[in-house]
Amino acid sequence: MLRFTLRRIFQIIPTVIVVALLIFVIFSVVPGSFAASLFADGRRAADPQLIARLNEEFGLDKPVIERFVAYVSDLARFDLGTSFRTRQPVIDLINDRMWASLQLAIAAMVFALVIGVPLGFLAALRPGSVLDTVTMVGAVSGLSLPQFWLGLLLMYLFALQLNWLPSFGYGDGSFRNLILPAVTLGVTPLALLARTTRAGVLDVLNAEFIRTAHSKGMSEMKVVRWHVARNALVLIVTTVGLQFGSLIGQAVVIEKLFAWPGIGSLLVDSVAIRDIPVVQGTILIIVLWFLVINTAVDLIYAAIDPRIKQE
Amino acid sequence: MLKRLTFAAMLSLGVASVALAEGERHGGTLVFTAPYGSSFATLDVQASPNTQEEFITQAIHRGLYSWDSIGNKPVLELATAQDVSEDGTVYTYHLRENAVFHNGKPLTADDIIYSYKRIASPKNAFPGASFIAVIKGADDYIAGTAEEISGLRKIDDHTLEITYTGPINPGFPLMQNTTVIYPSNVEDESVFGKDPVGLGAFVFKEHVPGSQVVVEKFDKYYEEGKPYLDRVNIVLMAEDAARDVAFRNKEIDVSVLGPTQYQAYQGEEALKDQLLEVAEVYTRNIGFNPAYEPFKDKRVRQAINHAINAPLIIERLVKNKAYPAAGWLPISSPAFDKDKAPYDFDPDKAKALLAEAGYADGFEFEVTASPNESWGVPIVEAILPMLQKVGITVKPKPVESSALGEAVTTNNFQAFIWSNLSGPDPLNALRCYYSKTAQSACNYTSFANAEFDKLYEAAQQERDPAAQNDLLRQANNIVQDEAPVWFFNYNKAVMAYQPWIHGLVPNANELAVQPYEEIWIDDTAPASRK
Repeated sequence: MLRFTLRRIFQIIPTVIVVALLIFVIFSVVPGSFAASLFADGRRAADPQLIARLNEEFGLDKPVIERFVAYVSDLARFDLGTSFRTRQPVIDLINDRMWASLQLAIAAMVFALVIGVPLGFLAALRPGSVLDTVTMVGAVSGLSLPQFWLGLLLMYLFALQLNWLPSFGYGDGSFRNLILPAVTLGVTPLALLARTTRAGVLDVLNAEFIRTAHSKGMSEMKVVRWHVARNALVLIVTTVGLQFGSLIGQAVVIEKLFAWPGIGSLLVDSVAIRDIPVVQGTILIIVLWFLVINTAVDLIYAAIDPRIKQE
Repeated sequence: MLKRLTFAAMLSLGVASVALAEGERHGGTLVFTAPYGSSFATLDVQASPNTQEEFITQAIHRGLYSWDSIGNKPVLELATAQDVSEDGTVYTYHLRENAVFHNGKPLTADDIIYSYKRIASPKNAFPGASFIAVIKGADDYIAGTAEEISGLRKIDDHTLEITYTGPINPGFPLMQNTTVIYPSNVEDESVFGKDPVGLGAFVFKEHVPGSQVVVEKFDKYYEEGKPYLDRVNIVLMAEDAARDVAFRNKEIDVSVLGPTQYQAYQGEEALKDQLLEVAEVYTRNIGFNPAYEPFKDKRVRQAINHAINAPLIIERLVKNKAYPAAGWLPISSPAFDKDKAPYDFDPDKAKALLAEAGYADGFEFEVTASPNESWGVPIVEAILPMLQKVGITVKPKPVESSALGEAVTTNNFQAFIWSNLSGPDPLNALRCYYSKTAQSACNYTSFANAEFDKLYEAAQQERDPAAQNDLLRQANNIVQDEAPVWFFNYNKAVMAYQPWIHGLVPNANELAVQPYEEIWIDDTAPASRK
């Protein structure tokens, strides 16, 4: 198990390196620069001296190769650099927002798990029933709804009409502020989990060992608990892992809409003004998060299903 | 109350403000929105040229001058009086003796000298350096060739002499967000970015990155009886739609409106009387590059101005949230010529001008445009069929905002559509058409006209404001006639406010930036605001 774990962890390293290189290359070729972005809204006249001074301060007047070497050497020392815009270390900016992002991702995932898995399970146990039909229609709708529109709809209903919840913001970090963004973000994974769980459970229910268990006289409850649930778990864990890993990245739209101070909105703002160190650092953290979650899922697989570890 | 306020109605607003001042009430919390992004770049406002940080400046900081939205001009802020030399270059400021920083330090001339040196320091690359450059000797200091700014001289703690490079109005450069005054007794300058200290009416309390900045009343503020509010929460809300819901839900006290919301609010009984409007100092335009052959001919540029039905686009697409442009200087500029009409929509005249210029069969050009709904790709798409009718084919070239800035300042375009600063200082605004201004600075259309230059240089030397404005008015009319751009519109900024909010002013520089110390909340406010 230790070798398996170490192998999985070491696989993260080359992936991170490739992603870091890709980010650097992409933002070296796209048009636009931080200095030019300061005048982009036309609210002030361009100042060539300031542009030159800023490019010099941030090393943007140096050749790409030289910048690349500096970037890699900083990265090797776990230094994500300094923000052009705030002149603060990138890691500090990410730290300031990481907890809000985690809160949102965890809350959305809990919401999706608590509702999606039981619904999918029940729908599979009663295929063709009203519950099954409603669950699947709901799941397809959940996958199809644009998050931005759904968020506005929830805002309108629960904030404006019912006045139960605040429509925006982090407030003092209270649970009430978290509900609407988390539900909006959680609907897609919820729908996906419900569909995956249903498919996984149906698949197991049709397996021969389930018929064997029934023929041995095991009760329905025991069959479901000991055989169906455990075997369907691998598929559910896979979906949970993939969804949880990508939630922080997916949260960009939700964070903007609800004025939620996560790293998604930091990324969007930084791309718009070409604050390249922050863009690079934020994408790296999101990728790292995805990889860590996936590695954790791999390890959980191995614990659930010993065949995977042997493979 | 303050319904449909245009610049022409500012005088009546002044009356309204005085009347309201009789019922002013102390206390309460204002929930103000900062709509230009999802974060504050920094709390060290001297380092930031962004409008977003001006919301913080208004609460916490003060400059030597400030903007008087009612009088529509810069006024002394940290000095009670100024003596000006005969040649208009040497100003002696008598500083306020009751102004105190939030850390307890009284304001002295040292603080102003310290702040201007910090802004101009070659080590910092701060955006305000170009404003400090109006002070004699600042250029050498910025270049790192002088230890001091020679034009700054302390006479005593409360008297400061500043020598300027020419007979300018120093109010415009020294009222900026980036030229505010910091205390000179803070050893670790990184504090300014984390726990800002200023002379403003409110003290910094808290910053939740990506969410809000909270400020509280400063008891030692120098204006007696102000501020009225106990607290201001400046919340970040970049999304128009979300701001709309929050405003209707009374979670925020003000909201800056886009064209669609403006139209919707005007149609609602409960909201239509709660709109504050002003003609801001921005001119939306399509700039023509004279390096592109057809644009070398003034008749072609004029033809384009005649071929586009700007009022129709303003009505249909911009939902009347703009005023048709009659030249470069906007309605709120003191040098605006109210007798000068915009180019009339006349496709036949356009065709005739094109034929005269040798383009009877038309031509094709590319417009570099950002996605902005009011001055971007949607507008280019709207003019496309109009120009097609006179034989001109337009191709939009969509780019991101930061790429637009880069394309224009490197002269890499045939035409561009943008919204550009055209005030409040007409002298500074018309600098962008002075032939000695570099293309990469703001002479984006490489404009060069000897007659214009002569008038502009005369205006630079003129000390009588009325005579100066007259010269600039003439210069502006030359720009209109030469048509280096398609004059589209002047932005009409619109802010919706809750009925319990009083003291808002029609700030033509940026309506969203309001003097918090003047704002008060009446008894009808919800309990969370009182």
